[in-house]
Amino acid sequence: MLENTFASGSSPVHGLNPKIRILVSLFLSIAAALCDNLIIALGYLFVSFCLAGLAHLTVKQVIKRLKPLFWFLVMIWIFLPLTFRGEIVFEYWIFMATWPGILLSAKITLKSIAILLIFSALIATMPIASLGSGLHRLKVPDKMVFLLLMTYRYIAVIQSEYTRLLRAAKFRGFKPGTNLHSYKTYAFLAGMLFVRASLRARRVYQAMLCRGFKEKFHTLDLYPPTILNFIFFGVMTLIGTGLVLAEWIWIQ
Amino acid sequence: MSTEQPCIIKLENISFSYPGSRIKVLDDLSLEIKKGDKIGMMAPNGSGKTTLLHTIMGLCAPEKGNIAVFGNPMQSEKDFSSIRSRIGLLFQDSDDQLFCPTVLDDVAFGPLNLGYSRQQTIDISREVLKNLGIEELEKSVTHQLSGGQKRLVALSAVLAMSPEVLLLDEPTAGLDTNFKQKLIQILNELDISYFVISHEFDFLNSVTDRIFSMEKGKILTDDEIHIHRHEHVHKHGKHPHVHK
Repeated sequence: MLENTFASGSSPVHGLNPKIRILVSLFLSIAAALCDNLIIALGYLFVSFCLAGLAHLTVKQVIKRLKPLFWFLVMIWIFLPLTFRGEIVFEYWIFMATWPGILLSAKITLKSIAILLIFSALIATMPIASLGSGLHRLKVPDKMVFLLLMTYRYIAVIQSEYTRLLRAAKFRGFKPGTNLHSYKTYAFLAGMLFVRASLRARRVYQAMLCRGFKEKFHTLDLYPPTILNFIFFGVMTLIGTGLVLAEWIWIQ
Repeated sequence: MSTEQPCIIKLENISFSYPGSRIKVLDDLSLEIKKGDKIGMMAPNGSGKTTLLHTIMGLCAPEKGNIAVFGNPMQSEKDFSSIRSRIGLLFQDSDDQLFCPTVLDDVAFGPLNLGYSRQQTIDISREVLKNLGIEELEKSVTHQLSGGQKRLVALSAVLAMSPEVLLLDEPTAGLDTNFKQKLIQILNELDISYFVISHEFDFLNSVTDRIFSMEKGKILTDDEIHIHRHEHVHKHGKHPHVHK
């Protein structure tokens, strides 16, 4: 269910320190999210394409990853141009598409693709354990890091428990429909899932105690501090700051 | 054989019942595991075998009775936390035990908690994986492994802490004959004491010296019971028949 298709690779990005990758992706994505200029947004998109190229992501995989986003964007392109007030570009019957609406949709499209590409190139290219250790080194509280790692580890277990329960129900002739019996069955399934998840959480914690866990999390990952890290960090910070400044000057 | 050996785990008159239940899962139970002991336990479902192991590890607090591990009385959580790394408990469900993203991370979890350095931990973990013949799984993602692989990885994770005694909770449950053979081989090559719970007589017979049972919250040692198997011939041939 959770595939780390991008995590195994040997591109220059894969060798970079997770801490630096997290910092750069956070900085670039926040800057891109706050950007309010179409040309600058294009700049961020260009940077994200470069990063994706640098991480050797294949077009096919990237499109597969972005598919859910495309559906969201289709919704935006349908609703925003028609509901925004402003200069009308074209009208048909009662539908009127406005210029500000189209502009906003375009900005959202560029920015969201850019942000997802940045994350695909920098974050999705590391195994979850490295992400955990990177966050740990960035002084993110241990509890949060644990929550992330445990979610990753157990979501598949919980899903398989759910499918097992659902299969058991189906084998006994359960056909989902819009009736009280179906709702009740799903409520039982959900309830049972919570019960099992909490029991499992207890057993996992016990297993951790048995192996000397003392509320402190250690990791094995080691990314040698190469000069590439500094160059990457420097160049990306410069580009990001440059784009922010360019937009600032534009507004002035 | 084991009478002159020091006692690793000693339970005296332990009673335990789950909250809200009046049934005593462990009732005035006593048990001694000595150095060099290879004990099997075969008992019906629900007879309290898992609870017994969890009580030894301090995961269930008994209502009464004394627990001594390596000669030290166990009273508080602090006492137990100091001995947990010296007893290796293999859980019934390996998914409970393997919580790290990759196999190496998981095997390394124990040694890292014990304070070994990164390189020492990696060396220990690789050594254990190699000994169990699963070194090629090192980078695998734990939740994508097969049931047998998960069990072996969980066992490696336990062995990586170099425990002085192993407690194995149904290690063969749900696994095929090949895996059982492999486990028999692994256990027979180990030179530490262990206590194995299983429903499979053949398996227990090949890895242990003594087989105990449990009934009504008490342990029946091999002086009191003798579990054995009879080979017999049927005059009914292949036709279905009922045993009396």
